[in-house]
Amino acid sequence: MSPRITRLRKVLNPPVIAGFKPYGPDAAKQNSEPIFLLYEEYEALRLCDYDMYNHHQASGIMGVSRPTFTRIYSVTRQKIAKAFVEGRQISIEGGKVYFDSDWYRCKNCDCFFNNTEREKEISACPLCNSPQVIGFDYDNTISEFEPALNDDICLCPHCGFEHSHEKGKPCVQHVCPKCNTLMKRKGIHKCTTTKVY
Amino acid sequence: MKIAITSTGNTLESTIDPRFGRCAYFVVFDTESKSTEFIPNPNKEAEEGAGPAAVQLVASRNANKIVSGEFGMKIKSLLDSLKIQMIVIKDPEKKISEIIAMLNH
Ligand SMILES: [Zn+2]
Ligand SMILES: [Zn+2]
Ligand SMILES: [Zn+2]
Repeated sequence: MSPRITRLRKVLNPPVIAGFKPYGPDAAKQNSEPIFLLYEEYEALRLCDYDMYNHHQASGIMGVSRPTFTRIYSVTRQKIAKAFVEGRQISIEGGKVYFDSDWYRCKNCDCFFNNTEREKEISACPLCNSPQVIGFDYDNTISEFEPALNDDICLCPHCGFEHSHEKGKPCVQHVCPKCNTLMKRKGIHKCTTTKVY
Repeated sequence: MKIAITSTGNTLESTIDPRFGRCAYFVVFDTESKSTEFIPNPNKEAEEGAGPAAVQLVASRNANKIVSGEFGMKIKSLLDSLKIQMIVIKDPEKKISEIIAMLNH
């Protein structure tokens, strides 16, 4: 299968468990290689078969196109079927996702807050009860809160040397001044390569 | 409803502690009984894991909102998953008494 460019997908709630293990007298004899279920696959299943959204609604909630959603969903079903039939563990992990809720700002008391109930509309500030609340893009203004986001640091994979990232220059073009190894971006992109079974 | 607030001290005149995981105290305010409880943060000096431990503490007190100065990415998704609402106040001079007065709107 050709590699695809995957973009960030919203996952509203991380799964409450890390995976599933088969049991039974012959469980140990079965293929022990676990099936890796990505967060977005878990989310697709949750939205469709637990919350009973249709594909159109679910794709909107996850911020992906309908065909992409359908592809994620069908891979999910295949993986789960494979785990059941072959008696494999399911391990839920990684993927290009982030957990997300909508953020608001109160114009009256100047606080920020999130909406924990996506299904319900926010009508007043939880702090001062003012109705003067507006949507607020927390993720794009997060640098105000966390100036040292790992995202902007280049790391030498060989000796661990770090320096702040130069805008517009890919990290892999930096050469470590200490050991001459090519550097890479440090941080949150620990996503493992997606294996499609 | 119970609301947790991060505080720099253990009186109502203390100011909000902008650090969530490493705050000095948690104030748990009960909107029904109007009672306040000050809980020293046991993980204030922790090298790591202070954030998730703070989430656990807040959740164990059944708080469903938390008022602080900032929440890191990881904490944000943890609180999202527990459906605990985050309220961010960026004014470090804000007193606990003032926040409670606002909550009593
Ligand atoms: Zn307000
Ligand atoms: Zn190096
Ligand atoms: Zn770089």
